[in-house]
Amino acid sequence: MSVLKREVLPLKTSNDVVLARQKVRQWAVELRFSLVDQTKLVTAASELARNALDHGKGGSMTVEVVNVAAKSGLRLIFEDQGPGIPDIELALKDGFTSGSGMGLGLGGSKRLVNEFSIETEVGKGTKVTVARWR
Amino acid sequence: MERIPVLRMGTLLLITIQVDMHDKLAMQLQDDVTQRISEWGSTGVLIDISSLEIVDSFIGRMLANIAAMSRVLGAETVVVGMQPAVAITLVELGMSLPGVRAALSVEAGMELLFGNAAATNSGSSDERTQA
Amino acid sequence: MSEIAEIISKNEDRIRAEWIRDMSKSVQRSDLMSKTELDEQSRALLSAIVQGVKMSGPTDVSASGWTAARELLQDISASRAWQGFSSVEVATFVLSLKQPLFASIRESLDKNQEKLLDTIWAATELLDRLALITTEAFLTAREELISRQQQELLELSTPVVKLWDGILALPIIGTLDSARTQVVMENLLQTVVATNSKYAIIDITGVPTVDTLVAQHLLKTITAARLMGAECIISGVRPQIAQTIVHLGINLEDVVTKAKLSDAFALALARSGRTVTRLASAPVNPISHLLAKREE
Repeated sequence: MSVLKREVLPLKTSNDVVLARQKVRQWAVELRFSLVDQTKLVTAASELARNALDHGKGGSMTVEVVNVAAKSGLRLIFEDQGPGIPDIELALKDGFTSGSGMGLGLGGSKRLVNEFSIETEVGKGTKVTVARWR
Repeated sequence: MERIPVLRMGTLLLITIQVDMHDKLAMQLQDDVTQRISEWGSTGVLIDISSLEIVDSFIGRMLANIAAMSRVLGAETVVVGMQPAVAITLVELGMSLPGVRAALSVEAGMELLFGNAAATNSGSSDERTQA
Repeated sequence: MSEIAEIISKNEDRIRAEWIRDMSKSVQRSDLMSKTELDEQSRALLSAIVQGVKMSGPTDVSASGWTAARELLQDISASRAWQGFSSVEVATFVLSLKQPLFASIRESLDKNQEKLLDTIWAATELLDRLALITTEAFLTAREELISRQQQELLELSTPVVKLWDGILALPIIGTLDSARTQVVMENLLQTVVATNSKYAIIDITGVPTVDTLVAQHLLKTITAARLMGAECIISGVRPQIAQTIVHLGINLEDVVTKAKLSDAFALALARSGRTVTRLASAPVNPISHLLAKREE
């Protein structure tokens, strides 16, 4: 896997979440993702960026253009030094159907991307990596 | 501070969301809508989201909240113009926004909100199709 | 075993020239690839091999020193798959390096028979492994191409039909998996917007089985349409399907379902304030009272 382009954005204010969305949108357009795929990725980015800010007390988003064999895609890494997530399985199952879930949007975001991985340690922080291929 | 304008058309409140909202703006809108309903005695709220390219869980909840709060205050809410990509993504996210009525256009939305009243006033709106 | 690296480095130009010459005798495909491109790829691969041998030795190609070479081979292989080379041609690209490499090895280690044999053996094993990597990457790329074509077929096979002003029909033929559902949703919703249609009849007569997964896919589609302000009616529910749905405990409470498309159409018409009437001036058949069927 090779990284063709990378940028790191801070996630410290709610406006940063908007900027993060716009950056992901811009790069997805450049990579010529379909409109639906763009929307899914940008929405996932919004969820995860918000998590890093609200739950993780602030962090950063790294956006990368990656290439594997003949495929290209966007990889997003959300990192924070917040409280971490004690029960990942529970967090991934959060009840969203009622629209009133207090969940972290992780389960939903997972369905919006092709690859999803999460590393977290209570008291240390969380790192969520997602990717969407063209 | 910047706000999303809430326009009044008789008993209807019309809101057009055209910017990429940050969280505070969304919360402000919720407040404004409930304020205005009380102030003006509105019975209908129409939210035009045809320009919104992203609706994440936060915005989704905002819409659901506005609909719920408005209902408690005696007003019905209709969301119009959701883009296909947004609908597909929301569903994938697991949000079905129950309690939020939707329409394809502002016109259709108004019909949903006031259509019944129009029908009883002006007679039936049937179209006879000849076979 | 860094002799391989040294030998390649010292004789790089000659090895590469012989390699390219051998390739053009067997399998160059100048219709698909220019000489410069071929030259560049050969150069890049040779230096990646040198680096690999120097950093991680000639046996373990999965080690980190070989990452550059592996990625290079994967890229070369995938792009050749897309360009239309055959798998033999792609593997030969690597394997035809053997001859020129052996020639140089023999020349350098002429005086040391034992070392000569060991080095040639290591070199042949190395090139075999690299050839396997290219073949694997080739197959993966081909599979991706096929699945992309399948996707395009999918898009062609889910037409959305306008039955009347504001009423669409979507006949689904075949299994409804998650890939198909994405296509169905996109097509349907875009047509809903384009035609401003409030009703969409999804006919599943042609869907062989409806299990929990298929039902979920249908529900997703219905929910998405609803979020936009359009109502879906499911039609073409066969008796067996009805039984399966009940047995599986699938909840279709909020969904209107009809056995026949015509019933669904009549419902959509009614909901949009329309009805179908017979013209009073139609010629009356003298024995029509004998032929009359119930028309409700």
